[in-house]
Amino acid sequence: MTDRDLPSRESMDVDVVIIGGGPAGLSAAIRLKQLANDKGADLSVIVLEKAAEVGGHILSGAVIDPVALDALIPDWKAKGAPLETQVSSDSFTYLTKNGGFAIPQFLLPPLFKNHGNYIASLGNICAWLGEQAEAMGIDIFPGFAATEILYNQDGSVKGVATGDMGVAEDASHKPEYAAGMELHAKYTLIGEGARGSLSKLLIKKFGLDEACDPQKYGIGIKEIWEIDPDLHRLGHVEHTFGWPLSNDTGGGGFVYHAANNQVFVGFVVHLNYANPHLSPFDEMQRYKTHPRVSKLLKGAKRIAYGARAMTSGGWQSIPQLAFPGGALMGCSAGFMNLPRIKGSHNAMWSGMKTAEVIFTALEAGQKNDRIDSLDAHVLKGEIEQDLKKVRNAKPLMSNFGTLLGTAMSGVDLWTNSLFKFSFFGTLKHKKPDHAYLEKADISPVIPYPKPDGKLTFDRSSSLFLANLAHEEDQPIHLHLRDADVPIAKNLVDFDEPAQRYCPAGVYEIVTGEDGAQKLRINAANCVHCKTCDIKDPAQNIDWVCPQGGSGPNYQGM
Amino acid sequence: MKVLVPIKRVIDYNVKIRVKPDGSGVDLDNVKMSMNPFDEIAIEAALQLKEAGKVDEVVIATIGVEKSQDVLRTGLAMGADRAILVQVEGEVEPLGIAKVLAKIVGDEEPGFVILGKQAIDDDASQTGQMLSALLGWGQATFASALQLEEGYVRVTQEVDAGLQTIDVALPAIVTVDLRLNTPRYATLPNVMKAKRKPLEVITPADFGVDTSPRNTVLETYEPPARAGGITVQNVDELVEKLKNQAGVI
Repeated sequence: MTDRDLPSRESMDVDVVIIGGGPAGLSAAIRLKQLANDKGADLSVIVLEKAAEVGGHILSGAVIDPVALDALIPDWKAKGAPLETQVSSDSFTYLTKNGGFAIPQFLLPPLFKNHGNYIASLGNICAWLGEQAEAMGIDIFPGFAATEILYNQDGSVKGVATGDMGVAEDASHKPEYAAGMELHAKYTLIGEGARGSLSKLLIKKFGLDEACDPQKYGIGIKEIWEIDPDLHRLGHVEHTFGWPLSNDTGGGGFVYHAANNQVFVGFVVHLNYANPHLSPFDEMQRYKTHPRVSKLLKGAKRIAYGARAMTSGGWQSIPQLAFPGGALMGCSAGFMNLPRIKGSHNAMWSGMKTAEVIFTALEAGQKNDRIDSLDAHVLKGEIEQDLKKVRNAKPLMSNFGTLLGTAMSGVDLWTNSLFKFSFFGTLKHKKPDHAYLEKADISPVIPYPKPDGKLTFDRSSSLFLANLAHEEDQPIHLHLRDADVPIAKNLVDFDEPAQRYCPAGVYEIVTGEDGAQKLRINAANCVHCKTCDIKDPAQNIDWVCPQGGSGPNYQGM
Repeated sequence: MKVLVPIKRVIDYNVKIRVKPDGSGVDLDNVKMSMNPFDEIAIEAALQLKEAGKVDEVVIATIGVEKSQDVLRTGLAMGADRAILVQVEGEVEPLGIAKVLAKIVGDEEPGFVILGKQAIDDDASQTGQMLSALLGWGQATFASALQLEEGYVRVTQEVDAGLQTIDVALPAIVTVDLRLNTPRYATLPNVMKAKRKPLEVITPADFGVDTSPRNTVLETYEPPARAGGITVQNVDELVEKLKNQAGVI
């Protein structure tokens, strides 16, 4: 990637460059600047964000635990942070096809309770954090994607380069071509979110995941609906498991009653599902037909759609964070708490604590080294307390199915909460998610109902509500390592599952004029969820960053 | 010669417009805003003239809320030399905008003014024409080609019958169309440099201009959903339906 026979790029030296303007990256930037201001030190911090504006690629439920925000910006209320809707009531329900039964509150381990949490848009919170950061003198550059890691002679990370702009699909330069820029930093902090493209390269190069379990993932699909005010219960939170997923597939749905008569409806499918005929998008659509959900959405209007992969491996899957010249933060490492269905508080903690270590190192005159004390400082305390006690929930569900697994993890969460003890020790995640698929011919085809255009929709009308921007004439950003795999292997064995796991209709099997089937990649549809990179059974797809500013323009997601 | 490029901050063209549930207007809360695409083309045209040595300075200006500084910074990053924000609260109609711009023209004395043919939010396509009238300058609208000559500007415009080329004596107003050029990217080094370029903030009161709206919006609503079509068997049936059912002939 470093052999460029192109006009030379401009470069700039900074103290810290942060990749990704999400909760982790922005918290790191703000904490760094707070520490520098306290000491009267001069510190240059740059944040690169691939979305056209901060928060534009953020998608989260979201019920937010403000614990980390309290620590970062204690007067966030006075500063107008967009956390206004406190959770007022909470339910956790096992769904059957037409009904369901709620798990009694007294059975739920304390960590399930959402008292003191907020229903909010994480995208709006990030936009607000970005404003706070800019007011402190942090330079945030939305619309610029870091596409390349730069290395020093000694192999340590030297910084990143932003992608070239104005490159045509055939790699030629259009008249408006502009070369990318190199940012050389003493430390490079990576907060790209789940399955980030640079994180993937760094984890591989430095073997950061050699000592941990494989990372696990889910795909979350979210819609925002504007509903009848009479049916709206501001602050009400509903979580469900069970239907429409079979007992051997993990996941569940949520309905959050947010401000302005909106409800956030979403569905998560764990990506270790086995049936290649499964379509997370259609499970989401089917979920809305359950009487509990459909009665809310009657006559309502869908105003937004999006999807994003999330990490779910938890404590056992956290890779080594520090690498020579920087560190992974947030879901680039994977701090999602699966039973709590929350991760942004840990993302913020990881950003803040990483910043503390980096600032100390900078003060001591260090640069581009691996800071051995970083991992312990970041994990000890809040993140460990949050994640360790729930470490067996996901493996129990994977091993014993949803019903029994949930019951067992309930017991485990109680013993962990009360006695800091688990009957199971620490269970392992056995395989990466892509290795779970079974052959298509032995898997039952799932009969998904046709969309009705009112409650349930197809992919293209959904994408319309993701406000996609994508310069069409640019290189395809979904790289196939071997162009023959989709037809020769994936189609034969798994009926090419990309047709179904992609929530944006990027992958299509079409029949050419010569009668031969081929894979068409509609790259402009991509919502940057990264599911293909995770779930492709041959691990043949590399998701790389398209031109900066491409992708969804989520509003309030 | 100096060129003035007035620009506007509008809802980003990728964003689906949504009417507020109470019908009081378009929902702008947390919505992505960016520079009107036609104005980017106007800036690009001005920058190309500067690069050709025909223009010395490119000044951009906008009338809008404080956050309109963002689109001015984008224009500066593209290569404009300096920016003026006339800060207002709330909506200003094309006539109010044109009156403020006329004052800026009085102060700055540009050789000509180049701006987008319309803004993609209200699609009014009035500001350039009103400014021309207020100043008593010639105007060339909907430019798809542009040549700056000694004392005049030669503009090709798209008209119903094809293309029409006109010469307009300077000083003049030119409004630009989509096909004039492809605007350049604001590159990262230039975005960084733009943070240090001059951006002056003033108010309409500094000019003694009243920008309060002359119109009242009674109601805002979405266009009705398109009803499904029907298939007709023959021309007679088509004519019959057009006449009796659709009532269009």
